[in-house]
Amino acid sequence: MADPMKIRAQMKGDTAEIRVLMSHPMETGQRKDGTGNVVPAHYIQAITVDVGGKRVIQGQAGPAVSRNPVFGFKVKGAKAGDKVVINWVDNKGDKRTDEATISG
Amino acid sequence: MDALRRTLLKGAGATGAIAAAMAAGVLKPSQVLAAEYNRAAFEAKDVAGALKGVGASSTAESKDIVIRAPDIAENGAVVPVDVVSNIPNTISLAVLVDKNPSPLTSAFDFANGAVAEMALRVKMGQTSMVEAIAKTADGKFYIAKKEVKVTVGGCGG
Repeated sequence: MADPMKIRAQMKGDTAEIRVLMSHPMETGQRKDGTGNVVPAHYIQAITVDVGGKRVIQGQAGPAVSRNPVFGFKVKGAKAGDKVVINWVDNKGDKRTDEATISG
Repeated sequence: MDALRRTLLKGAGATGAIAAAMAAGVLKPSQVLAAEYNRAAFEAKDVAGALKGVGASSTAESKDIVIRAPDIAENGAVVPVDVVSNIPNTISLAVLVDKNPSPLTSAFDFANGAVAEMALRVKMGQTSMVEAIAKTADGKFYIAKKEVKVTVGGCGG
C-alpha cells in the first residue's frame, strides 16, 4: 500500500484550488537498475477527483508523469467545507483513496 | 516462476499480459474508474498515434490554449507544465511530449465546475515540443505547442 496522498484544497474567490502529491515511483519500464536488469513499469494509470460528492475530474496517466506526481486543478462553484476525494489506480492494480476538506 | 514469467514476456509483453488478465476479469479496475485504460493512446510511439488514440483526427492550432513551462529545464525528470484552455466548453485536456518514447503523458476530463486547467510534472528525455490538446464539448480538438530545452534527460535514469 502506497503512502497517503498529500492534498491541499483552498478557496480562492469562487474557485477551489486543489493540489495533490501522490507518492509513487512512476517507473517507465525502460530504466535499468545497477545490475543492468530492466526495472518493470509501475505507474499510476487512472486518477479521479470528486468534490462535494460530484465527480469533477477524471483522467489517465502514462509513465511520463514524474516520480511522486503532483497535480494541480481548479474547481469553480465549490465551497469551503466541501469534501475532496482523490483516487488513483496503478498498472499493478495498487490503489489509494484519500480525502481532504476545502479550507476557506 | 521465472520460466513462467519469461513465457509471459515473450508472448505478449508484460503489459499485454496484464491487459489480458484484465480482459479475463482477473484484475478488476476499481469500479469508480469506469473508463478503461487507453492503452493505444499511451503506448503510441509518436504524436500521430497518440492523437489517434485520444480520438483527435484533426486538430486546429489555437492561441487560446496557454502552456506554462520553462524554456530550459535543467532536470528532465521533473519538468513542471501548466496548461490552461480558454476555449469555451473545453471538456478535456491532454499533454504530450513529442520526443518521448511514448508522447502522451496524461489526459484529463473536466465536469461539474472543474476549470479546464491542469498542472503537472512530466519527464522529458530530451529537448522537445510540449503539446497541449484541448477537446471541446462539440468534439473538436485544438492544439498548442511550446518548446522546452532539456539539459539532462529524465527517462533513462
